Amino acid sequence: MSQNNHEHHHVLPLKVYLGVATALLVLTIITVVVAQFHFGEFNLIIAMAVAAIKATLVALYFMHLRYDSRIYAMVFVGSLMFLAVFIGFTMLDTMRRGDIYKEIAHPIHDAKIYHQSAAPADTTHLAADTTHSAQSPAPAGH
Amino acid sequence: MSSSTEHAEHTSHVAHHFVDAEQQKDSAKLGTWLFLLTEVLLFGGLFCFYSIYRSWNPEIFHSAHQFLDVKLGATNTVVLIVSSLTMALAIRSMQLNMKKQTILFLIATFLLASTFMVIKYFEYTHKIHLGQLPGKWYTFTGVEGSNPHIFFSAYFLMTGLHGIHVLGGMGLILWLIIKTSKNRFSPSYYTPIEMTGLYWHLVDLIWIFLFPLFYLIG
Repeated sequence: MSQNNHEHHHVLPLKVYLGVATALLVLTIITVVVAQFHFGEFNLIIAMAVAAIKATLVALYFMHLRYDSRIYAMVFVGSLMFLAVFIGFTMLDTMRRGDIYKEIAHPIHDAKIYHQSAAPADTTHLAADTTHSAQSPAPAGH
Repeated sequence: MSSSTEHAEHTSHVAHHFVDAEQQKDSAKLGTWLFLLTEVLLFGGLFCFYSIYRSWNPEIFHSAHQFLDVKLGATNTVVLIVSSLTMALAIRSMQLNMKKQTILFLIATFLLASTFMVIKYFEYTHKIHLGQLPGKWYTFTGVEGSNPHIFFSAYFLMTGLHGIHVLGGMGLILWLIIKTSKNRFSPSYYTPIEMTGLYWHLVDLIWIFLFPLFYLIG
């Protein structure tokens, strides 16, 4: 609660707002100029780094997180941590799945699946069902 | 604690279930930040969608993004940054009890938001005209490679949801202009302006990421 001794209305000097806005505009120019060159993978990294700096400036000064009670910053950073888990783990899955399983694209043999899961008594009934479902297109790779 | 002196004056805006104006404001602020958390996660789903499909189709995202106009996107980025500045200055003016200036800054914010939407309108109508539409409505044939509609699905979903947020913000700012001109706010009570400001800055913040992700694919 040490952060809570702020005055009732924390009025920032005008030059702070103008300075932050100028920095945001300069960073926008930088990100547009950098995108004209081709650094391969680094283009995305640079663009995201510049965007992160801009977002930090907006959050700290325009949204007053630097001067407000820490609880609001915790809520905001908390949301970003959930977002990082959400996107990070999804990307680990979608990009690295092949490292664990060998992905082989081949048509799914409907009949085999039906016979494995069905009780032996029902085979004649299911055989008819199988020929019918074999006409539906097999799911593609992804 | 520190607010005992301010509390001596009559504070009609404090609801009876709050101890004082400061507690009421802190509650509103915490509630707003929790709302912004849900907004981050709402857009987060779309950012996740974007990440997966861009990593699967890097060449499509590169060739399709060339159909976006960097000049219009950059202009809109500048427009939103300046509107964030005018919003912050509107709050500052109210803190300093300059009502007229507050209204002027709010009107400026509203006009900048309208500018953003007008530019977005021209971008959208151009793409709709060319048939660069999401999913099954995609009819454009000028992009090389398979499944270019994925890029435009992401583009329309993410900028569209963002645009809806800009429209919502414009409604809130209009409401603030009316309330401010009716003398509903003072340096001791301007919570709605401050909370709308937080929301407006988040909308700007999301665009800060959308702009490089769609217009500046290297």
